[in-house]
Amino acid sequence: MEYLDIILQESYKILFLLVPVLVSVAMIVWLDRRVWAFVQKRQGPNVVGPFGLLQSLADALKYIFKEIIIPASSNKVIFILAPIITMTLALIAWAVIPFGLEQVLADINVGILYIFAVSSLGVYGIIMGGWSSNSKYPFLGAIRSAAQMVSYEVSIGIIIINVLLCVGSLNLNDIVVAQKEMWFVIPLFPMFVIFFISALAETNRPPFDLPEAEAELVAGYQTEYSGMMYAMFWLGEYANILLMCALGSILFLGGWLSPIDLYPFNLIPGALWLIFKILFLFILFALVKAIVPRYRYDQLMRLGWKIFLPLSLTYVVLTASYLFYFNLLPTI
Amino acid sequence: MIAHAIFFYVFSIIAVVSAIMVTASKNTVHSVFFLILDFISISCLFIMIGAEFLGMIMLIVYVGAVAVLFLFVVMMLNVAQQKNQWFVSKDSSRHIPIGLLISIIIFFELIIVVGGWKYKPDLFNFTKSSIENGVSNTHSLGQVLYTDYIHVFQISGMILLIAMIGAIVLTFRQREGVKKQSYLKQISRERTEGVEVLEVASNKGVKIDD
Repeated sequence: MEYLDIILQESYKILFLLVPVLVSVAMIVWLDRRVWAFVQKRQGPNVVGPFGLLQSLADALKYIFKEIIIPASSNKVIFILAPIITMTLALIAWAVIPFGLEQVLADINVGILYIFAVSSLGVYGIIMGGWSSNSKYPFLGAIRSAAQMVSYEVSIGIIIINVLLCVGSLNLNDIVVAQKEMWFVIPLFPMFVIFFISALAETNRPPFDLPEAEAELVAGYQTEYSGMMYAMFWLGEYANILLMCALGSILFLGGWLSPIDLYPFNLIPGALWLIFKILFLFILFALVKAIVPRYRYDQLMRLGWKIFLPLSLTYVVLTASYLFYFNLLPTI
Repeated sequence: MIAHAIFFYVFSIIAVVSAIMVTASKNTVHSVFFLILDFISISCLFIMIGAEFLGMIMLIVYVGAVAVLFLFVVMMLNVAQQKNQWFVSKDSSRHIPIGLLISIIIFFELIIVVGGWKYKPDLFNFTKSSIENGVSNTHSLGQVLYTDYIHVFQISGMILLIAMIGAIVLTFRQREGVKKQSYLKQISRERTEGVEVLEVASNKGVKIDD
């Protein structure tokens, strides 16, 4: 009986976290297309609902009623598993994101490692989808994305080490609280820039959308997918983008802290501040998509291994020695 | 405590079954996927005994990086030819005795270590660096690793570095006649040096690439 109660309680919490995340993923797709359109002096989706807000719902309805086609020569089990894994991994990472000092589903000691681990698992959805389709274009896309995501994970990991040196804890709430005096974006600004670019590569966003480069690979790893399975890849991708924005705002922009600790700003709850910061980062993502042309593959690899990796390693040494010589190392 | 036991048995059964499936499954790619499942359930077991840091590092390093490279290599193979037929084909049956021998050696090593640890706990100084309560897993691990065992830690890092350099040296070869792209050249190209106006005599043609 006792276990049943615990399970019910936790299920409610999970439901109240996941439903807003899914709804905001749908809204963020609309926002992405809208920003993209405005940069190009178009209107974007503006027909369904007020300002076209319900466009994503209409799209979802269309996807649901389309037939799911599974290629005859594909590896069927893995073919079906791939979008499910992408979607699940994109959602479970939200369990540790803190929306306030107490408003967090699972306040675990190794929160940042958990997010890092889950985001590094994200590559499997793509590889499985690409390989099981048993077709050339998806396979090329999958191989590209495997190499790309593994390389950029390295620099993201080292950037996280930079932040952890200043915090002295792996808990996400501790990371946020440590930024009470000053957001880490100020002392670690170069790392913030590198993190942003690596996040673009990690989530396969333009200008690093080589895995699905439509000009060369049709749609990359998604080529053989249709109907709801395609939509799940799509949702998973956008949930991942939101997650990366949330991670960026927690690591560098002070998470749920308000920018100024003064009277009128204190009244706004922390969850709203976090949402504002996520939105800010996401609009940057959308602007980059509209502005920057796609990288060539060798340029992408060179940027990851020859520029970002040495830069972030050097910054780790700098941060560590600065903290050590000025006796600022955090006490645990 | 019941829930704890249930979770433990679920994860360990998944781990053992998937470890068997790694060797038994016909398709090599499926083997790698079972290996990944094995890693994941073992990291769940690590988390269950309170070694959260080890569990997460296991996920990040093995599942997130090493197994991806395994998949990368295995997927390049021709799956149709690669059907694992260890127990059927005559050719590969001579590998089985060697494999059995190695696994028996490893099994006895495990028995010696686990048995010694169980029945003669004071044989090794396991309890030298006791885990304090109230200190997080990561913190105590760091304190042991970077104080008492710093030299061993550094040496293992050096060994890994040497292995990496060795792999690069073994596979690196300078090929001739390969055109390379120089980024500096590409960026600093000017119109004046890129375009050249030629007077072409009729029926002669021009050699443009040499």
